[in-house]
Amino acid sequence: MEKRVVFRSAWLPYALVAPQIVITILFFFWPAVQAVWYSFQLQDAFGLKTQFVGLQNYAALFRDGNYLESFKVTALFSLLVAFFGIAISLVLATMADRALRGAMAYKTLLIWPYAVAPAIAGVLWAFLFAPSIGIVSYVLKGWGVHWNWILNGDQAMLLIVIASVWKQISYNFLFFLAGLQSIPKSLIEAAAIDGAGPLRRFRDIVFPLLSPTTFFLLVVNCVYAFFDTFGVIDATTLGGPGQATNILVYKVYHDGIKAGDLGGSSAQSVILMVIVIALTVVQFRFVEKKVQY
Amino acid sequence: MVENRPWVTFFSHAVLILGVAAVAFPLWVTFVASTLSLKEIMQVPMPLWPGNQLLENYGQVLSGGTTTGSKAAVSHMLVNSLVMALVIPLGKMAISVISAFAIVYFRFPGRMFFFWMIFITLMLPVEVRIIPTLQVITDLKLNNTYAGLTIPLIASATATFLFRQFFMTIPDELAEAARVDGASPMRFFIDVLLPLSKTTMAALFVIQFIYGWNQYLWPLLVATDESMYTTVIGIKRMIVGSDAANEWNLIMATAILAMLPPALVVMLMQKWFVKGLVETEK
Repeated sequence: MEKRVVFRSAWLPYALVAPQIVITILFFFWPAVQAVWYSFQLQDAFGLKTQFVGLQNYAALFRDGNYLESFKVTALFSLLVAFFGIAISLVLATMADRALRGAMAYKTLLIWPYAVAPAIAGVLWAFLFAPSIGIVSYVLKGWGVHWNWILNGDQAMLLIVIASVWKQISYNFLFFLAGLQSIPKSLIEAAAIDGAGPLRRFRDIVFPLLSPTTFFLLVVNCVYAFFDTFGVIDATTLGGPGQATNILVYKVYHDGIKAGDLGGSSAQSVILMVIVIALTVVQFRFVEKKVQY
Repeated sequence: MVENRPWVTFFSHAVLILGVAAVAFPLWVTFVASTLSLKEIMQVPMPLWPGNQLLENYGQVLSGGTTTGSKAAVSHMLVNSLVMALVIPLGKMAISVISAFAIVYFRFPGRMFFFWMIFITLMLPVEVRIIPTLQVITDLKLNNTYAGLTIPLIASATATFLFRQFFMTIPDELAEAARVDGASPMRFFIDVLLPLSKTTMAALFVIQFIYGWNQYLWPLLVATDESMYTTVIGIKRMIVGSDAANEWNLIMATAILAMLPPALVVMLMQKWFVKGLVETEK
């Protein structure tokens, strides 16, 4: 872990870490401390008076039906995004790993959505699903489905799940493909000689060997659904209709910036921080295990 | 290929082609929409073959935005996006490579403390500290400036880690030889470490270019003035109603312009992109 040969200087290392440390303190630590501090305060509507209220903001949050609802919405949303994102890319990666001819071409054609900003992904799908003029809505109408995500909460949820999954497939695909290509071919061949068909080999050999990759992607996709999908929602549903797509991150933004509830929004920020820390710890515990393995 | 099963091979290709088509479908519709007149788009169903308004639509958004939504010129937004997409990766690499150098090649009091300070930032994404960070920017009078848009995003634990991991793999003999030859630490850094880090930097650059180009929440808060909009923010400002009230042909032309640069970077620098993606996540 440590270098045997090191340089000596009384001031140089400090000068070298200084730029990053200054930015880190100014834009990470100071605001994080501020968020915790604000979360214990109550501001009046004009921001003139502040009052220390202890844990009242937190208590108010957990009594607030909208906030608890937002937890449920976030959980459902992450679950759907992670499940479909992982399942679809696993199928595609397995097929691409098998189809040696043209694998590179498929890869190139599948990875570009990674480059699309979440907000743009949202706009694209909102256009396809636009209630009166969207091409997909038109097809759905032909099948007798009345499509209007602006009024229907479940359909709004479906829209942001589709847009988010679409953007994330390329990422998951690349990791699964790398995972599949690192599985020793001799294992697959041995199973084939023993008479195991493609499905059987996938279930008993490939999938178990991919489990570290799958678990890693599960965590990454949850983080993605929790935070990076802010753009998807802000460009499409704005958390609505009602509270149907108001995930936690969007609520922090909405309550703090749009509604000006500093204390309540900060308390939500602190709860989100705890969630990120938990997810990061899980991810790193896993990385440690992978290194030993 | 383990065995020859033509049907399974056929099935694999069929699934992949279906996957590629499903992934590409929104892009095709977006491109077609960007070449149609507003009247043609409003037909239900809209045509699925490009029209003849390509030059008009792109010319319109590049010079003057939309007529019903934001009127800011997209050409200026593209410049703003490019500034973010270049300053963030370059700034990130600059501050990360020197701090990683200090942490790996020096022993000094507080070394582990600094290391952990950088490490912990992984747990504090912009989204969880929105308001106080915006407050800092306002106090420093950096609203609607390039500095305000980029500097808070250039500190990153991932880049520092990546360089640290890479420096750990460099043989000690190199540093030893440099010291025997009487090279100063900075000489060693510039003449030995930097040239060796080229591939790591290329990989990092591709990932961070996309990260910078696609920023959303931060510019939404900091760039409130039209002249500072990035392309992604510009699109959001062009949407006024959620359905037929929008000039979708112009919005879709802007969407294509917003997607093109990062998509090209991913496709053309695929090797570095994959390397960067897989390594930054370790």
